[in-house]
Amino acid sequence: MAAAQAGDRRAYEKLLADSVALIRAVARRQGVAPDHLDDVVQETLITVHRVRQTYDPSRSYDAWLGAIAARRAIDSLRSRGRRDSRELHDEFALDRHPDADDASAATESEQRAQRLHEAIAELPPGQREAVEQLGLRERSLSEAAELTGRNTGALKVNLHRALKALRERFHGEP
Amino acid sequence: MTADPQSHQALIDRLGTDLVPVRRLLPPGLRTAGWLLLVAALAAGLLMHYGAGPMLRRWAATPDLAWAGIGAVITAISAAWAAFALAVPGRRAAWAWLPLPGALLWIGASGLGCLRTWLAPGTEVAGLQQSADCLLFIIGFSIPLSALLVVLLRRACPLRPVLAAVLIGLASAAASASLLEICHAFDSAATDLLTHALAVAAVVAVNAAMGGRLLSKA
Repeated sequence: MAAAQAGDRRAYEKLLADSVALIRAVARRQGVAPDHLDDVVQETLITVHRVRQTYDPSRSYDAWLGAIAARRAIDSLRSRGRRDSRELHDEFALDRHPDADDASAATESEQRAQRLHEAIAELPPGQREAVEQLGLRERSLSEAAELTGRNTGALKVNLHRALKALRERFHGEP
Repeated sequence: MTADPQSHQALIDRLGTDLVPVRRLLPPGLRTAGWLLLVAALAAGLLMHYGAGPMLRRWAATPDLAWAGIGAVITAISAAWAAFALAVPGRRAAWAWLPLPGALLWIGASGLGCLRTWLAPGTEVAGLQQSADCLLFIIGFSIPLSALLVVLLRRACPLRPVLAAVLIGLASAAASASLLEICHAFDSAATDLLTHALAVAAVVAVNAAMGGRLLSKA
């Protein structure tokens, strides 16, 4: 910090990056919810920047940072407390009108399912059959063996190979 | 609303771009001394105008007033020091207790003055008009002294704005009361003491109400 006060940008950025963990720990100890920890981190970093002239190099940096982080955490809790007291909470209404995932997340998961189905369709017939019967329809080995006319050992080997092929295709690793 | 590590990095980059060298804040003791220098200058001005004679004569006649005056000076110094110390993040909150001994001496010794009318019926007692002058004096001097402290503290980072504001009010009210000692024309009595208490309370309360807002922006 002493170097940062003198204007050393690299030391400053490293110091701030290293400070994030401590700020989060302090905010968590103050009782800030996990969702809001990052807001406290940002507020604290901005305050640190604004009051960096108050740091005395002969004293502990962690104590200095910790005091600022604790204050920002309390500010966050207070403002959230105020907002919560103004907002209406109706659990029943929330249950009846569930807020579905946002559109992009829904599209993304649909596309993922689509890609998986395409990949299964492109598998060799024996492997595809094994995945469909055992994986998708969740049949037992003996049921699947009866339906497909293959023995259980062959089904197991095919399922294993199919899963390996799919894994390779999606994650690019054998 | 929530930020991820990338946005932390973005913020850190931006702050890094803004970075300019800063002059480190002087230690709280030195900053207190700077403020006291102004109070001392005011005291010197008043002493030149009124002379030390009347004050010393009064003190010789009523030692408890001298103790009250000393208590006020100690309170002013320790409250200002505590305010400057607490404006530095990471200093212990226990600093806020520093002005307590001085304040006890100040209030205790002035309280003895309350009995003056019974103890020494001959001493000159303040009338209502003079008490109003005291009130104006303390409030009039406290405003610029408080304003200077607020400006100085805004350079630092008072994380407990209201506590800092109370200390500012106490420091400036005590300093004004100390200055008043120099040109006080009479001994303290119940009415006078009440006026003092009123003035000090007003200064402290106004600071607490306003200072919290003035300081928290810093």
